[in-house]
This record gives sequence, C-alpha cells and structure tokens, in this order.
Amino acid sequence: MRPCLESRISDPAQLLAELSHLAVHATSKLRTVKRLQAIYARRDDDGDLELIYIGSEAELQPFRIWRYHPVNGVAPSLAKLIPLAGSYEREIQDLYGVTFAGAPDGRRLVLHQGIYPPGAPLSPAEHGQDPPPSAREDVPAPFFEGRDIQRLGYGPVRSDVVESGRFNFWYAGEGIVHLDAKLFYKHRAMETRFEGKGIGEAAVLSERISGVDSVAHALAFSTACENAIGIEAPPRANQLRVVLAELERLYNHLHYFGLIAKLTTLKVADAEGHYLEELAKQLNARFSGSRFLRNLVTVGGLRRDLDTGQISDSLVELERKVQRYLEALARTRSYIDRLETTGVLDPLTALAQGATGPVERASGLNRDLRRDHPYASYEQYEFMVPEAEVGDARARASIREAEIFESISIILQACAHLDGGPIRSPLPDQRSGESTEGLGWVEATRGTLIYAVHLDGSTLTRVKVKDPSFSNWRAFPFTVTGSNMMDYAISEASFGLSIAGNDR
Amino acid sequence: MPFWTYRGLSGGVVTASWPIEVPDGEAGMPVPTGVGCPDGCGVCVESCPSGAISGHPVLTVDHGACVSCNRCLESCPVGELDASGPMIIASTTRQALRRTADPAERAVFAPGSNPLRKSLFVRHIDCGSCNGCESEIGALDNPYYNLHRFGIFFTPSPRFADVLLVTGPVTIPMRDPLLATYEAMPAPKLVIATGACAISGGTNGGGYSAFDGIGGFLPVDLWIPGCPPHPVAVIDALLAASGRSR
Repeated sequence: MRPCLESRISDPAQLLAELSHLAVHATSKLRTVKRLQAIYARRDDDGDLELIYIGSEAELQPFRIWRYHPVNGVAPSLAKLIPLAGSYEREIQDLYGVTFAGAPDGRRLVLHQGIYPPGAPLSPAEHGQDPPPSAREDVPAPFFEGRDIQRLGYGPVRSDVVESGRFNFWYAGEGIVHLDAKLFYKHRAMETRFEGKGIGEAAVLSERISGVDSVAHALAFSTACENAIGIEAPPRANQLRVVLAELERLYNHLHYFGLIAKLTTLKVADAEGHYLEELAKQLNARFSGSRFLRNLVTVGGLRRDLDTGQISDSLVELERKVQRYLEALARTRSYIDRLETTGVLDPLTALAQGATGPVERASGLNRDLRRDHPYASYEQYEFMVPEAEVGDARARASIREAEIFESISIILQACAHLDGGPIRSPLPDQRSGESTEGLGWVEATRGTLIYAVHLDGSTLTRVKVKDPSFSNWRAFPFTVTGSNMMDYAISEASFGLSIAGNDR
Repeated sequence: MPFWTYRGLSGGVVTASWPIEVPDGEAGMPVPTGVGCPDGCGVCVESCPSGAISGHPVLTVDHGACVSCNRCLESCPVGELDASGPMIIASTTRQALRRTADPAERAVFAPGSNPLRKSLFVRHIDCGSCNGCESEIGALDNPYYNLHRFGIFFTPSPRFADVLLVTGPVTIPMRDPLLATYEAMPAPKLVIATGACAISGGTNGGGYSAFDGIGGFLPVDLWIPGCPPHPVAVIDALLAASGRSR
C-alpha cells in the first residue's frame, strides 16, 4: 500500500510480537507518534479474508501496515496489548464474522442484537457463518446493581437537534457509576457504498459521511487515491486544499464555543458563538459556493479554481470579532467554573484508548498529522500545535481556541503565497485487472482521519474510513465514570464528537 | 466579569429580514433548460452519484435525490442543465420534486388540507443523516435566522410536537424509534422529510443497513430537497406548514 512500509505476517504469535512495540503500558512514553491507527478487513484478490493493521512509528516516517490472513476465521486479539484495538476487532467481528481469540470484550458493536438478520453481512461465502455468539449482550448490569443505584436510558431520540445515540447511565444520586454509550444507530454501511464506483466520482460520497467534516473526508479520500495511482495534485490545488481544510476547522470550532456557552447557560454567549459560526459558514458559501465547502476536492486536485481575493479581509474582520468573544468568555467565571475539572481524561487513558485531535492534545499528547506526517502543502506554513496537560473540558477549549487563530494564520499564509498554474492533474488510464492500494490521512477538526483505498484499475473495490470520532467515542466514557449528571452534557460537548462519522 | 446582557444589547440587531435572499454563488440544483440533448448523450445520467437524472432526450431531474454536487453541470456538453435558478423550495408531493423545464412553485397546501395554523412546535429526529442537516437545522436558532420570531420552536418531547422533522435515509436501528416518535405525537401532526436522504436515500440510502428515505414508513406532508437543505429552505417549509406565505 502506497506510501507505506509493509510486513506480511503468517502466524498469530508473530502478529502479537510484531505489534507489541505499539503496546500501551503504565510506563509507556507519552510523547510519541507511535500508535496503532486502525485495523480493517477486506477480501484480497483471491477472495480470501485479509486483516490490515495500520500503525505510525515515527515522525516524518511513512506509516506501516501489517497484513494477516485469519486461519479458519480466527485471528489473535490485540486488545489486551493495545486497548484501542478492541473497537476495530469488534467491528470486524460483526461485519466479517472473524473471531478474535482472547478478546476481553466480545460484545457486538456495530450491528445491534435482534435488529439485524443473523449473519455477518460482509463475510466471504466460505465463512458465511453467524458472528460469534456474544456472551455479553447489551451490558447485563448485575455488576452495577445496588439499592441506591438507578438506571437511566437516554436516547436514541434525545432532546434538542442532535444526532441519534443511546446512553445508558447507572447512577447514585448525582454521581454517575457507569455509562454505556450505545452507538451505531446511524450505521449506513458507507464504506460499502464506494465499492464499484470510479475514483473520479466518489469524493462526493466521502463528503457525505460526516457533513461537518466534508473537506477532511474528501481530502483524505482523494490523497489515498492519488497515492494509489501514483499522481500528485498540482501545487496550487494543494494550497487551496489547505485553505478549505482550515476554513472547515474554523467554523467547527466556532460552533463548539457556541454550544459550550449554551450548555453553561450563557444565553448571549450562546447566540454570539452561533452567530460567529454562521458568519464563517457564509464566508464559506461566498468563497466556495457551499456552506460546507463541498463539491471542490476531488482525486487529482480541485474541480474548479477559487478566487481568494476577498478572503483575507473577511477573515481579519472575523478574527477581531472572535478574539473579543473568546476574551469575554475567558473572563466569565461561571463558564470557567463549569469547565474546570469537568470530564478529565488522563494522558495514559488517552493514549491507551486512542484519543485523537484536540482531545488528546488537551491531555498532554502532542500529535498533529499536519506537522508529524505533512500532506497537501502544510510543510510550507508555520504554525504552532497547541498543547495542554490537564485534560479537562477547559483544556480542550483552550486547545480549540488556540487552533482557531492558528487556522486563520495558515489560511492567510496560504492565500499570500499561492502558486499559479493548473488545479487538477489528469488521471492516468488505469488498466482494469491491475490492483493498487493507497493510504490517505488528514488532521481533521476532530483528529486523525484515515482512508485506505483498494483499486482495480480505477474502480474502488474496498474503502476503509477511520474517522477521528471512532477513536474519541471510545475514550469519552472513561471521563464520565465518577463524574455527575449535571456535568454530562458539557463533558460530551467538550469532546466535539461526530456520531455520523463514528457510525458511518 | 463581562456584562453579557449589555454586550448582547450593544451588539445591535443581526437578524436578517425575512424573506432572506440566498446569496449568489451558492450551489443550486440543476434544472433542464429545454435546449435539448445531443443524440445518445446521457453523460449527466452517468455522472450523477444518486441517480437523480433520467430520461432522454427530455431530462427529468429528481430534486428529491439530487445532492447538489453539480457533477452533471460540469459534464453537460451543451448547457441543457442550469443551476442558477431560484432557491430550491419544498413541495407537498414527492412527484413535484421531479423537475422538467417547468418553473418550480412554492409548496401550498390544498384548501382545508392543513390542520395547523400559526405557532408550531417541531420535534427533530435523526434517522442516519451525515449531520449536515443537523448543522443547518441547528443554525435556525442562531440570531441570524432567529426562528423564534416566527413562533416556531423545537421541543424535546414528541408529546408537544406538531411537526416531525426527519433527516437521514432511515437506518435499520432507527426505524422503530422513528415510528414510536410519530406515534407519540398527538394529532393533528405533519411529517416533513428533510434533505435528499430522508426523501429518497440520496447517496446514503440502501445497502444492508439503511432504507431509501421515510416515504415507506410515514405519511409525508412536505418534502424539503437539498443536501443539506439551506436554512432558508427549512424556514420556508416550516412557514408553509403553519399555513403562512413567505
């Protein structure tokens, strides 16, 4: 898979040994980009099931992938070694019917019990078996039973205009004893929608996986395809892609502040934050024709050229307003009080559970793909990667606050030094029957976003989407246990989670 | 400590006067112009990711499936398709979204067919959207669109709701919660299919885990096309639902 280092592994012991350097222990080094990034399954050219493990090992070095063929539908589980692997394994178990030997958590993840017909929908015919019987369906809860413990089920239809998900709380008085976040109500099998489509047309599809991350998805998809077929987008296209990606971060972060202000019951700050988000979306629409910056990024570059003429002035004006707003928030004691010590994610848990983006940077893990594995034209710009140690909601807000100004700075730098020339590289004729693979990655608003694409000629045969929220939803419940019901909504909002991205 | 109330008042009015014009340059949906297609062309049909275009040589564009990607406009060799027309507006019938060269008309309920008047309470339900629709529906409460001024409010409980605003193609696990939410609403009630997914599945319907929109499950009173629908289109539809003109 381009542009990765590769290892092929044939026996289970070797798989565990090879990946053991990504294991997380109590003494693990926190300042590292070493991490297992994703696991996924696919059918190889012979129709056999293949597991692909993607990891990052060192800054500015290529990602590494390991390939492993399950034997009789069984593979060793890595989840005891690398806890974040558990979510990927459970997904593969549901969809492909693979059993992970020694997995600490065998519950279903993606396909809810009793809702879907039996059987793994993507399992190759010869393994057309049911997903392994899961001993622990729907959290049995005896562990949490007690005279003073109540259970509250909330969702999938929740108050306000929010995405669907179900949250089961066990609580005593105000204190939360346990939270089980049941997601995948929104599972649409988006990855399978790519299969059979040409690479030229599928960027539109990637934009519709998580709408508020449209640019990030289209960019990760496009670079994965470009890597697979060995082309590069022209310099001007890559610079404009950075402008689009940072505009996306900007309106998302502004939305976040409006939402946090709403949840801390600051009516005016709620209105002002959402108004600033609206101004950013309107800027997007004037600049790109789409409030979500859609319909531009595609394989080979951009679909049309953009005029950055007015963007600098509009941005400088917006920046002044944002600055005044964030300064006022920072001086509001009731707001700070609600964020401090709320939803603390400690660094080791962040690392072990795979937290990413602003969430991990607020917990002392300083990683950012834009700096560590540059793509598009990020190596041309100067920017800082903000970091905080405390890991509470205030720390996460401080990271996003700093990122807003870094994003504006990046956009202004990019607009000031735009190359001329074409904005789209022609796609070479790919012979069908010729298999290629490529990896693409983007530091999206919410963190590490990875696409792995498999092509037959220029037709997509398998696309894996690793959305940052898939990682952060795994880490989030760890901050809830021991907290209280009053803080829950703030805690959830402070993670900035996309359910559409997680569920796909 | 900042004095937020004063800050809010001194910021002045930022709410846009209704009707709000959608600025030029925002991607609209293609409409056949009637120029005529070359023999055996069909590149637009091939280019469409959601199968919204059919017919030859007279084209029909299904705005209930269109995701405004504008690939068809880029591919059309003769300019038979044009997206510079008026803002996309809601319709009371599914059929009216299938557009030929005729001009679009704003949704109007037949006399006596709409039981609701004036103030509305809306229950939103996400049945598997990409969250683009939620982002735009959420924007209705920001001071620029300021939905409250029309006496239209979102309500947490379906028991208080007049209108069910549905997004997403309906995933398998969301089918029962959707039906339960509808059942929990007192009559009279309206159902609004919001966005391409809820209307037809768009690019995201079908497969092993989703249906093709809500039409098969609930009686739909209004269809708002768009991917996602512009906030102005949603306001316009809600006004139509409350029996008001623009």
